[in-house]
Amino acid sequence: MIERDVIILGAGPAGLAAAAELARHNVGKIAVLDREPAAGGIPRHCGHLGFGWNEFRRVMTGPGYARHLAETAKGVELKLGVTALRLEQGGVIQTTSAEGPQTWKSRAVLLAMGARETPRSARLVSGARPWGVMNTGALQQFVYLHGKRPFERPVIIGSELVAFSTLMTLRHVKVHPAAMIEAGPRVTARRPGDWIARLAFGVPVLLNTQLLRILGNEKVEGVEIDRGNGPERLDCDGVVFTGKFRPENALLTGSHLTVDPGTKGPAIDQFWRCSDPAFFAAGNLLRGIETAGQCWREGCAAGRIIAATLLGKLAPAETSIPVQPAGALAYVYPQRLVAADPIDPELLFFGRAREATKGEIVVRGDDTVISLRKVDALPERRIPWPVSPKSLQAYKRITVSLEPDA
Amino acid sequence: MAEFDRADIVIIGGGVVGCAIFRRLALAGLKPLLLEAGDDILSGASKGNSAILHTGFDAPPDSLEVACMQAGYREYNAIRNRLNLPLVETGALVVAWNEEQLAKLPSIVAQAHQNGVTDVAQISRADLKLREPQLAAHALGAVLVPGEHIIDPWSAPLAYALQGLAHGGRIRRGCTVSGGSFDGAWSLQTERGRIAAGLVINAAGNHGDLVEAICRPSPFKVTPRKGQFVVFDKPAANFVKSIILPVPTERTKGIVICKTAFGNLLVGPTAEDQETRDVAEVEEQVLAMLIEKGREMLPGLADVGVNAVYAGLRPATQFKDYQIEAQPERRWITVGGIRSTGLTSSLGIAAHVAGLVGRHFHPVEEVAPIWTPVPNLCEERPRPYQIGGEIVCHCEWVTRGEIEAALTGPLPAGDVGGLKRRTRAMMGRCQGFYCSANVAAIAAGKIEL
Repeated sequence: MIERDVIILGAGPAGLAAAAELARHNVGKIAVLDREPAAGGIPRHCGHLGFGWNEFRRVMTGPGYARHLAETAKGVELKLGVTALRLEQGGVIQTTSAEGPQTWKSRAVLLAMGARETPRSARLVSGARPWGVMNTGALQQFVYLHGKRPFERPVIIGSELVAFSTLMTLRHVKVHPAAMIEAGPRVTARRPGDWIARLAFGVPVLLNTQLLRILGNEKVEGVEIDRGNGPERLDCDGVVFTGKFRPENALLTGSHLTVDPGTKGPAIDQFWRCSDPAFFAAGNLLRGIETAGQCWREGCAAGRIIAATLLGKLAPAETSIPVQPAGALAYVYPQRLVAADPIDPELLFFGRAREATKGEIVVRGDDTVISLRKVDALPERRIPWPVSPKSLQAYKRITVSLEPDA
Repeated sequence: MAEFDRADIVIIGGGVVGCAIFRRLALAGLKPLLLEAGDDILSGASKGNSAILHTGFDAPPDSLEVACMQAGYREYNAIRNRLNLPLVETGALVVAWNEEQLAKLPSIVAQAHQNGVTDVAQISRADLKLREPQLAAHALGAVLVPGEHIIDPWSAPLAYALQGLAHGGRIRRGCTVSGGSFDGAWSLQTERGRIAAGLVINAAGNHGDLVEAICRPSPFKVTPRKGQFVVFDKPAANFVKSIILPVPTERTKGIVICKTAFGNLLVGPTAEDQETRDVAEVEEQVLAMLIEKGREMLPGLADVGVNAVYAGLRPATQFKDYQIEAQPERRWITVGGIRSTGLTSSLGIAAHVAGLVGRHFHPVEEVAPIWTPVPNLCEERPRPYQIGGEIVCHCEWVTRGEIEAALTGPLPAGDVGGLKRRTRAMMGRCQGFYCSANVAAIAAGKIEL
């Protein structure tokens, strides 16, 4: 058994930020484990600019950002090519690697395994299953890590922020997409996303457009779409399914930890603690996707909390108050609230709308309305709202509801 | 076109049936040549089935099908350890979901007994609940079939093919037979030239009637029957211990729920007749229906993600039974209409075909077998990642060594599908999000991703 004081699972933005933060406190031996051969997580293969401004006041490429994050965590033990197979009670992790199976144990584990896009299969898209259908994640690895050009004229499905990362990835290898296809009435990413697609890349953005079928048997030959006038054919030689991120939660579902059916990530309290207090979680594992910068901030915060825990400054929670989503809110986290503590003066809830909704976020303690705020919510944008934890302590149950305007 | 190859026996079709016949005849010292149109074996009907090793309890009594299934079942169990093939001993339950189905259970037991599967028995609602507590509450009772099990549908035929190769058989992939002429021996037409054959065995599956037409007007017509499946992620495999079978009706065959040897849970298949022989498309609405049916029977599925979806084509004909016969004067053996039971019956069909060969064409001798164990992909038995190795596919825990091994040896993967079937790489929940570019790099120069 290999013992450490803290083990961080996942060397992406959240994991490396936590490692750097923990290294600043005197908490003993820290190890970061990652199954990939290099540290940095998803930004490693986002070869375009757009990273680092909020956290480091520098504009970096994904790989540059990944290297910089690794640099900030220099001195922390980093074990690459290590795959976690099982999580067990009390901070135990079973792993395997080229060196063989190993058991790790620590006083605190930070789970930071990130997220991935929903593949074609789980979207139940009709058609044969030709080669040339992939997610952005795979495309970026082909392009940036292996210098490949998997197709000449693909279509891009979805218009979340990551779809624009797909556009930039394709431009890098001079591939001109046939179209960007969005089922909804507007581009999901913030403006000026659609203008950028149209003007900077010259790619038609088809809104209100359903993908009906993938055409081709061995290789993609086209897609069948419906723009409201019935099926029509659009020729292409690849399909990139972007977004619809979900937590990389396979280790959780087989474990003793509680998984939130809404986020599909671990249920946490406001101190990033899972249902087993030896486990903490941060970053995209919590809910699907946020920017690398947001994951980095969460990693820093979770690192501070873990340090405080190990230094005895944060007491274990005796009881907790459940926090539940309602109305048009798909999920909310943290999913539990514990007694307020001097180190956490303000509490931030996060949620996402099930669909585009104009209305109010209503926080209720039992049946009493505690706070109310107007929102104009889109399903792929985070809704944060601060609440004073003290105002919630008296209740047995907190409900956070997104209620559309009448 | 010039002749470019010749063999005493040519088998057309490298599905599970062709591979099993290939093995059997090679074991008899006959050095057969197997021709497969696809870039790898198992490119047709055999690439998508439900992977159940059937007892034959519900097969038509006194049919060739049930005889081959039961012989195949016995031989699989006799050789599986030598070939390192798994057997997940689940048993099956034919579950009645309403009174009408419940009333049919005794006749299912009677038919099973008639077929010689004497351990089949009806169980009560309470017993069913005890065995399968996660099944939906409206299950009324079941027939227990202890002998129905799960196997690896791709490693088994691969092992048969490898054993045939070890005994001097040969396999040509990417070799479509488009015609032929007979003058006491066969001259088969392919894109690369003619292949001379002393005896032709037609095991062409979904193309069986087209290949048969080379020899004679085909007495059967293949109408491919499509079956769509949904594969749920690994946590769902713990929801049931047994294979959950439907009570068959005259109109529909119903939906099966079963584990896979790889630790997932399968819901399917549908049964949809189609004309196209090579393309099996999945349909969004049908997949959604399968998911809904699955959840109706197994409510826990609501919380589990879908890993994969696929569709397979069974070579159904207008006849219920297999179409197997020899034409000694034409030096031709027909092996057609092997529907959904082919995985189970293949070894039995092979023994039956070897009997026809011995009776009409060649003396069949027994040689001491060379065993060709295949890599294990079954989660219930030791896999390489447990010992250690660089993991490339993180969802299915496939090591670099396994992928490299599948690209070398006497029958390396011929295309992406073949690599997936040999290793499970890219077949998990992320469907290649993390590993496809790495797998492509490892496979570079051998197969193109």
